[in-house]
Amino acid sequence: METDTALIIDIVFWVIAVCTIVSAIAVVVLKDVFRSALFLVVTFFGIAGMFLLLRAEFLAMVQILLYVGAISVLILFAVVLTRDVEQGSPFNSYLVPVLFVSGLILAGVIFVITNTDWNVSSADMTREQMTAIFSETSVLGNIAGLLITKYVLAFEAVSVVLLGAVIGALALVRRR
Amino acid sequence: MGLQQFLIIGAIIFFIGLFGSFTKRNTIVVLMCIELMFNAVNLTAVAMSRYLIPYSSVNGSGIEESILTGQVFSIFIITIAAAEITVGLAIVIVLVRNFKSVFVSDASELKY
Repeated sequence: METDTALIIDIVFWVIAVCTIVSAIAVVVLKDVFRSALFLVVTFFGIAGMFLLLRAEFLAMVQILLYVGAISVLILFAVVLTRDVEQGSPFNSYLVPVLFVSGLILAGVIFVITNTDWNVSSADMTREQMTAIFSETSVLGNIAGLLITKYVLAFEAVSVVLLGAVIGALALVRRR
Repeated sequence: MGLQQFLIIGAIIFFIGLFGSFTKRNTIVVLMCIELMFNAVNLTAVAMSRYLIPYSSVNGSGIEESILTGQVFSIFIITIAAAEITVGLAIVIVLVRNFKSVFVSDASELKY
């Protein structure tokens, strides 16, 4: 029973991983901006699924509400507003060198990730202990507690940044 | 499914976003690729804090607090991403209004 559940979780993980990466590639490769925005939504959903698999349920909900709900609507809005002037999204002339360099760096990063001896501290914890941590303590309450105690300065700074962004966006698009 | 798989997927999505933001000419697609990079970083942060718990009972921080550090950082990153996409799309709207083009290469007023 335990191995069956682990196998199903593995299958779900790989399906989500393949969907996420394929739609991320589609965002870059497709010529139609509207379609690549829709594929961006699929990528956001895939990342939300990854958060669920990592037991970050609150973050998955935030991801769906903010990215899938708000940011993708904002991007689609901008695509529709610029529809009469756009001519698709072609590549510029740096396609081959950038592909080469970023592929090289990606290969290096993957090499480092696979060859590092990660000190995975949750490995010596049993599955039951891990579940107990996440089910007995209130995750949302702990996040809220961290936000207003340990990271309160960053929280306030982020609020000011958000306010500045909103005012700046309004000032930019205002017609004189 | 382990830490390395999550990190590799985050790295792949990050470099897809990096590649796209360097090579696409449409400003909106460049902003979308920056969002891809933000998402990859979020995924990496949450995976790190899920698997590598910086647990120390010395300074009195509990284990659940250590597990949630990456999630709190992800919340900050999501907020910054929302601010960034708001200002970015406002700039795109102004760009279209002034230059009648969405291509990055057409906004070359400051170029000598």
